[in-house]
Amino acid sequence: MRIPAGQLREWVEVPDDVTAEHLHDALVSVGFEEEDVHSSEVSGPIVVGEVLEFTPEPQDNGKTIRWCQVRVATSGDDAVRGIVCGASNFTVGDKVVVTLPGSVLPGPFPIAARKTYGHVSDGMMASAKELGLGDEHDGIIRLAEMGLDPEVGTDAIELLGLSDFAVEINVTPDRGYAMSMRGVAREYAHATGVTFNDPARAVTVTPGSGFSVTIDDTSPIRGVVGCTGFVTRVVRGLDRSRRTPPWMIKRLSLMGIRSISLPVDVSNYVMMELGQPTHTYDLNKLTGGITVRRAKKGEKLTTLDEQVRVLSEEDLLITDESGPIGLAGVMGGATTEIDDASTDVLIEAATFDPVTIARTARRHKLPSEASKRFARGVDPLVSRAAAQRVVDLLVELGGGSADALGTDLVNFEPRAAIDLPSDFTRKLIGVDYSVAEIETVLTDIGATLSTVKDGWTVTPPSWRPDLVDAPGLAEEVARIHGYDRIPSAIPVAPPGRGLSRVQAARRRVAQVLAGAGLTEVLAYPFVTSEHNALFGSVEMASVPEMTLANALDPNVAQLRRSLLPGILDIAKRNVARGLTSLAIYELGSVFEPVGPTGSTSIPIGNVRPDAATLDGLYDSVPAQPWHVAAVFVGPVTAKQPGQTVIPSGLGEALDAVHAVADAVGVDVEVRQGTHHAFHPGRCAEVFVGDVSVGFAGEILPSVALSLDLPRVVSALDLDLDVIIAAAPDHVVARPVLVYPAATQDVSLVVDQSVPAAEVRAAIIEGAGELLESAHLVDDYRGAGLDASEKSLTFALRFRATDRTLTQQEATDAKLAGVALAASRHNATIRV
Amino acid sequence: MPSISSQQLADVVAEAVNAINSATTGDELKQVRTQFVGDGSPISVINSTLRDVPADEKAEAGKIVGQARGEINHAFATREAMILQAEERARLLTESVDVTAVATRRRVGARHPLNLLMEEMSNIFVGMGWEIAEGPELENEWFNFDALNFDEDHPARAMQDTFFVEPVDRHLVLRTHTSPVQIRSLLSRELPVYVVAPGRVYRTDELDATHTPVFHQMEGIAIDKGLTMAHLKGTLEHLARAMFGDGAKIRLRPNYFPFTEPSAELDIWHPTFRGGARWIEWGGCGMVNPNVLRAAGIDPDEYQGFAFGMGIERTLMFRNDVADMHDMVEGDVRFSQQFGMVI
Repeated sequence: MRIPAGQLREWVEVPDDVTAEHLHDALVSVGFEEEDVHSSEVSGPIVVGEVLEFTPEPQDNGKTIRWCQVRVATSGDDAVRGIVCGASNFTVGDKVVVTLPGSVLPGPFPIAARKTYGHVSDGMMASAKELGLGDEHDGIIRLAEMGLDPEVGTDAIELLGLSDFAVEINVTPDRGYAMSMRGVAREYAHATGVTFNDPARAVTVTPGSGFSVTIDDTSPIRGVVGCTGFVTRVVRGLDRSRRTPPWMIKRLSLMGIRSISLPVDVSNYVMMELGQPTHTYDLNKLTGGITVRRAKKGEKLTTLDEQVRVLSEEDLLITDESGPIGLAGVMGGATTEIDDASTDVLIEAATFDPVTIARTARRHKLPSEASKRFARGVDPLVSRAAAQRVVDLLVELGGGSADALGTDLVNFEPRAAIDLPSDFTRKLIGVDYSVAEIETVLTDIGATLSTVKDGWTVTPPSWRPDLVDAPGLAEEVARIHGYDRIPSAIPVAPPGRGLSRVQAARRRVAQVLAGAGLTEVLAYPFVTSEHNALFGSVEMASVPEMTLANALDPNVAQLRRSLLPGILDIAKRNVARGLTSLAIYELGSVFEPVGPTGSTSIPIGNVRPDAATLDGLYDSVPAQPWHVAAVFVGPVTAKQPGQTVIPSGLGEALDAVHAVADAVGVDVEVRQGTHHAFHPGRCAEVFVGDVSVGFAGEILPSVALSLDLPRVVSALDLDLDVIIAAAPDHVVARPVLVYPAATQDVSLVVDQSVPAAEVRAAIIEGAGELLESAHLVDDYRGAGLDASEKSLTFALRFRATDRTLTQQEATDAKLAGVALAASRHNATIRV
Repeated sequence: MPSISSQQLADVVAEAVNAINSATTGDELKQVRTQFVGDGSPISVINSTLRDVPADEKAEAGKIVGQARGEINHAFATREAMILQAEERARLLTESVDVTAVATRRRVGARHPLNLLMEEMSNIFVGMGWEIAEGPELENEWFNFDALNFDEDHPARAMQDTFFVEPVDRHLVLRTHTSPVQIRSLLSRELPVYVVAPGRVYRTDELDATHTPVFHQMEGIAIDKGLTMAHLKGTLEHLARAMFGDGAKIRLRPNYFPFTEPSAELDIWHPTFRGGARWIEWGGCGMVNPNVLRAAGIDPDEYQGFAFGMGIERTLMFRNDVADMHDMVEGDVRFSQQFGMVI
């Protein structure tokens, strides 16, 4: 909403030297956020001049210019200026607007004395368009046409209201009344304490009668009738040569509204002034009286933008005996629209149900200044004044005469009274307002009060549908007395338990991975179905996924089943920027729809749903487990003094898996795995117990290359929720053994297909409790072995709980381990 | 009958000590040891004759031989320590490296500053006894709107630029704020409730310097008996000071949100903000609307409270001078690495 300062001054006392900052400060203090400032961008000297004489001078380019002598001051050396003018709509003696050298017009377009067509033009005679006064471009302004005959030399900026500016404020959706000068002036008065003069009361209403209007709403939306008021008035005999006065064009332009024609401009001006949208029909195009009703299914209406609208049964229509003539509150119809020849008009000022209008405006994608106001609620009692104001302006400015024909239909039930206990405001706001302070605010906002035992009964004014309960009234008291009055106090919460186990574990994982040299990133969760099939399933298969109905990029409309697409894309961006050694990780949710998701209906808002409904709501939301993913690209470190490149690879991914497990406090097991997005021979499946929690390994080279990444990219994606759920509540400590250890190595020859981890597991199981640790130190293949064999060397450390072990005891235990490895995996000791 | 003369011993000792002190390296010392200290050395030979010394002289002879041996051993030990020390010194010299050119063996990691910021803010509330609540990012509309007093036709609902999931009549949306966690907390927790909910939220804004469709918020709600707007103000003031220092001030301005009444915009002022000491819009807050409490089955005549929320991206922007939203969402590691583990 834009507020021209000059217009505000008509209804409240505003300082003479008012600034945009002052207006913004005042309006912000009562809850209207500052958006912008709009000025005329015009600066002087711009004065009234009189054309003394001119000489037409035909030019080579076919144009004829006029070399004019213009008096711009009553006396002095520069009182008469030579000015070149391309327009020809003036004569000697005309009073015109002269922009002298040094002035600036909107653009910005600075004016200087300049040589043109063989003369020095000492200024310019301005058109309305050049002054920002509309689109009129067929010549310069002749002040006589505006009914003006000022002295030569008069400041035209003041004369035409060009110096005004507007502040733009954000009006919150609850305050529809403030989408008008009437509402904003009232709020300015609240903020500053000045007296407010209600523009609705400045109008003397003479109701019309005899024009038939019927409201026939057979299917109200949510039980609310679509139209509760319909005031009409008639003006006849408009002089259509009359133009909109510059002050009105200027104000409309400051409010962001283009001047169209006098009747349209007046309608818009009154809407901005009083908040009531009005519609103007060509009276002679109407057939009979008006009926307001819902549209029939499939009914059509051509709106005044020439679009054919197919209507819904929820749309509210204005009809006459010819059929639909307007989409109520949203847009008029083409058939009854006023045109340049219309002289007799019918003015409509109606009251419509906000929900009906909001739905229609949304359905037909027709947000307008009118529908915005109806959707927020227009004062149902301002329609008479608005219609009268339009009539008055059309009579005054348009040369018409008010007719007695009209309609005076206003059905208004006073708003429901609210009980406000005397201590309610103090208990909610924490400020002990006096009785006078509370009563003054409520009276000032237009409410009527009656004192009852221990408080008041408050009836909100007709323009405040948002005031429905005591907190709303308390807010008015707090808002208008200023939130600065509210003191500070810190509430004491009951003892908390700190982070939950899961929250603490997630934080540890994030810290540990960063400490391990990875950099945390946050990817958007928007992916493609191909991404989900590739990374969200083990075999290339489409998986259940959630799809956005209104994705920003329709090609990337799915919600991720894996963190990998996002984090690989981030890797690609880094690599493209020359950051070729990369280790990044992300913790975040993935979206796993299983079975039907969502609910077919939702309960109403302000009642706790019953247990079954609530369970249904909880169950309607798909599982969104937290995952952790990491990607490694390029060398761990580059070549350095005394050290070659440390290449990246599978090892880094597996180290990260163990770092995650350690951070959570869970044992994970790595098994040879198969996943279609990973290298077939370099893929590990990660298990907690027997539950698979994800994969780690090298991305399939063709996939890496297709993502514009190097051939070797390692990655992991694990279900962090499952890992954390497997963590023990607490660690059970084992005693630290202090007897000396016996260490022995053993080399076992097995088939190359046997995983080292399984051989190790057999040794551990077979060796029994004397074996303290078994560590793989070598995997040898080559000379001395068959081509299909490998030799695995383990360093074993034995220790007893209660004595120093002999070498023989250690050897016996080792051989027991070897025996089990032999029986399970055909392992033989390498000699 | 052998006899051991003092002169003889003195000569042996002198010779041995002389030899020991002439050794300059570990190897030479080893040789000297064999020759003058070990078995077969002159002093050992003399020592072995002690058993033939007549009984009445044995004590005296043993004493002087022992003294002689002691002198040799002492000389040896002294020389050995000296040589070892010199050799260790020489070795350390050769082991010197240029510590400014030592190879690193690992990458250097970093947390994302948005997460660090959320954790820091959470910690402030945990320190006040509050707990951290969570909820899903893909949410049923009831939790995101209806339960928060957004009527289905409320203009505020159209105001939110919401991502819907197909089919739209199943009422699933990407949450537009962390506020659905409020209602989940009120439904599931025992009263009184004091929780903050940090997390990801979504709006259909295209990415530019100041907008992103995926961003983060921190929301707080306190429901208890006797809470007033003064408690809201005090809590936010504490948060501001804990995060920005004692110089920070806050201000509330009237605003509108469906789930609070009264509602306020939260501004923060600090002397060191980039661009000078000034007020910056930080978040929204207010007293929880009775309809929200009713949706959770809480009697608004008995309990009331406050809620607040702020954008984490925005906070990072003015707290840490981040000028462009792209830096926070693109995942360029250079951005996070400026922060390392500290916000």
